[in-house]
Amino acid sequence: MSLLIAGLLTVVLLSGFYMARGRALASVSGHARQLHSRPSFYGTYVALWCALPALLIWALWSALDGTILRTMVMSELPQDVLSQGPEIIDLYMRNVISLATGGIASADSPELRELAAHYGRLQSIANWSLFVIVLGLASGGLLYSIRRIRPDLRARVKVERTVDWILIIASTVSILTTIGIVLSLLFEAMRFFDRYPVLDFLFGLDWSPQTAIREDQVGQSGAFGMIPVLAGTMLVTVIAMCVAVPIGLLSAIYMSEYAGPKTRTVFKPVIEILAGIPTVVYGFFAALSVAPVVRQIGQSIGLDVASESALAAGLVMGIMIIPFVSSLSDDVINSVPQSLREGSYGLGATKAETIRQVILPAALPGIVSAVLLAVSRAVGETMIVVMAAGLAANLTANPFEAVTTVTVQIVTLLVGDQEFDSAKTLSAFALGLVLFAATLALNVVALYVVKKYREAYD
Amino acid sequence: MTDIGMTDQAMTLKPTDHAKSAARLRRRHAADKRFRYYGIAAIGLAVLAIITLFTSIVGTGYSAFWETTVALDIYFDPEVLDPDGTRDPEVIRKANYATLVSHALYSRFPEVEGRADKRTLRGIVSDGARYTLQDMVMENPSLIGTTQHVTLSASGEVDAFAKGSISPDLPEAERPIKDNEIAWLESLEQAGDLDWRIDWAFFTSPDSRSPVLAGIGGAVMGSFYMLLVTLALSFPIGVATAVYLEEFAPKNRWTDTIEVNINNLAAVPSIVFGLLGLAVFLNTLGMPRSAPVVGGLTLTLMTLPTMIIATRAALRAVPPSIRDAALGVGASPLQAVMHHVLPLAMPGILTGTIIGMAQALGETAPLLMIGMVAFVGDIPGGPFDSATALPVQIFLWADLPERAFEEKTAGAILVLLAFLILMNAVAVYLRRRLERRW
Repeated sequence: MSLLIAGLLTVVLLSGFYMARGRALASVSGHARQLHSRPSFYGTYVALWCALPALLIWALWSALDGTILRTMVMSELPQDVLSQGPEIIDLYMRNVISLATGGIASADSPELRELAAHYGRLQSIANWSLFVIVLGLASGGLLYSIRRIRPDLRARVKVERTVDWILIIASTVSILTTIGIVLSLLFEAMRFFDRYPVLDFLFGLDWSPQTAIREDQVGQSGAFGMIPVLAGTMLVTVIAMCVAVPIGLLSAIYMSEYAGPKTRTVFKPVIEILAGIPTVVYGFFAALSVAPVVRQIGQSIGLDVASESALAAGLVMGIMIIPFVSSLSDDVINSVPQSLREGSYGLGATKAETIRQVILPAALPGIVSAVLLAVSRAVGETMIVVMAAGLAANLTANPFEAVTTVTVQIVTLLVGDQEFDSAKTLSAFALGLVLFAATLALNVVALYVVKKYREAYD
Repeated sequence: MTDIGMTDQAMTLKPTDHAKSAARLRRRHAADKRFRYYGIAAIGLAVLAIITLFTSIVGTGYSAFWETTVALDIYFDPEVLDPDGTRDPEVIRKANYATLVSHALYSRFPEVEGRADKRTLRGIVSDGARYTLQDMVMENPSLIGTTQHVTLSASGEVDAFAKGSISPDLPEAERPIKDNEIAWLESLEQAGDLDWRIDWAFFTSPDSRSPVLAGIGGAVMGSFYMLLVTLALSFPIGVATAVYLEEFAPKNRWTDTIEVNINNLAAVPSIVFGLLGLAVFLNTLGMPRSAPVVGGLTLTLMTLPTMIIATRAALRAVPPSIRDAALGVGASPLQAVMHHVLPLAMPGILTGTIIGMAQALGETAPLLMIGMVAFVGDIPGGPFDSATALPVQIFLWADLPERAFEEKTAGAILVLLAFLILMNAVAVYLRRRLERRW
């Protein structure tokens, strides 16, 4: 259906364009110079009139029709279903929709079938009215605008003003995304804090997000103290940084100070490969290859290593972050002016001395900010820890034990069965808020460090 | 005074001072050399990590692309397939094809007695064999009553054994392939009936609970629809934003806000975009769970910053003289951008777009949030059907306990990496070939 509408809309649009262009030219009997704008602007003017209102209504419609159809069918639900909780209604509705659209339903009954048929009828009515409305708007726009075409119509000005607005609207999408992130996280986190005290969440030492399914269940009260999860995240991040910072920094120094152009052209892209590998691949690598090796080495020196140790996840995450550190530091080191190096060599310093005592201090703010950005990357990294770190929230600093991280908890809480009213699922949004705030703060601090401490040499 | 003092000292340098300074110089040079070696060691470690990663995945995954086959003389028994002789397609479809396979196996190995042994024997051939036979007969009903030499897929254990991932040296109790099975397989091999072929089904079939039948076809299609949605949305929006910010935006606080905001969005963890998708697209707008269109929308928001930053860099690389010349001959600012700046920046924009798409293709975490982790046993037919994506499929398979899935996971990773390498190669080619230097 939507393909058909899109196709017909394109036809209306194109014919509008060519008709308008022809009409504009005809109105001055082919002397394009007597027109206010170039002929194709008249075409675009009409095409915009065809497309914009129709597309706007279409977008609004597709965003809302699911909800409206749902409410309409919901009012027809049997009384005994309506009197039950929202989860039951939700499940019931999901079955109705599955039956209507040919999906897999978990239940089947004559009433369900009847409602599904009702839903199907409503949907086809909705589809056809969408068809009529969208194409009606498009042809209406065409008829309205084409009659306004005269040689002195300021088509270019009008088109350009519209395009300006389209550009401005497009540039607000990113603002809307940020607002969306902040609002959705805040809103859901607030709902969580209604059920669970904020302070207990922020400073609690116990994380076990099982909530009671029945009222009389014991021992399943659910504890949402964030500290062990946070400690696990920090442990993995620290291990990752212990791998990534020395390797990344040293290789950046070697690349920019020692290596010849040939070595650079070969090895720089090779290290960049690490940045292009999807994180799920790193996760598989960590679980399949690194974790068993870590375990074996640990056992051979008499250590008890968990099969999902923080060390394995941290090591692999460190490998993933190497190119991040190295390319950022490389840029910073390269931007240290050549005169500093030459001055240092002129005083008789060796290369290593120059690097350590002149270049690195000069590049320090940039390197610190690179490391902070890398930390923010490590904190938000998900797949490696989901696949290689554990689920149990241990409050420990021992890298051989299993720990859990913020991202792992978000994934485990939200994947699988979920009802949106339980503290368990809502706590994921609270963790998400913490994660968002932490990474944002790291980025802001990184920018601030560069701004505040950068030496201006030029 | 001091000058004289210093020259005095210099004049009275003892030979040991020369030796000392030479030693110090040696030490300093040694330190320099050491520092250099640290650098080489760091690069070496990074390269070693890449090599280990690739060998471990290629080593595990290459065998996923071929499968072991067993050739058997199948008698298409009319008694089983079509007892009434009606040749009704419905009857033929519903017939018990597994019996044909087991009969063929029993007649191939007449010495096998006892229920347990017979069951093991049936386990040599894959569960999917019956569908192969069904397809054959449905296509050509005249096969009924004849005997054909048919090549069938072997079961997961036999496949793993033939590929060497189950060692025959293990004690019998610890391996899934028992001694009698090994004997049967050896007999099949001597007759030339145990062979291997490229497993095309791995690329075309949807996910399955059984490792022999599971393929990446569904996941690849899911990823394809998702990228289609992402591209259709993020390219126009990204280019429009970049053009606005780079060419038209007035320098004011609002523009600054947008810029800072885009840079911050680029650093937001991908899983947060997943939470956004869950809260807005699924819970508020009531879009379908597990649908590629929602995945595409979420990934659009995630890749937009990358796209905008790349496009802005490409626009900035076009020299101002081009704009000035266009404006000078009477073009409006919009015409200057649309007719001159944008076409010249296009190679750079396309490179950025491809890199953004490659990022979106490899992304997993946000898709987990919007329910693309459900088991989907079908190949999705459009962006509104339930689907998984290739990286999510890898995640799902990596979690499964069966060893045969390990090979499948690594195989799927190899396919994903191949796509990514292809996309990046195209991006590099575009950059080398089309990008102009002014």
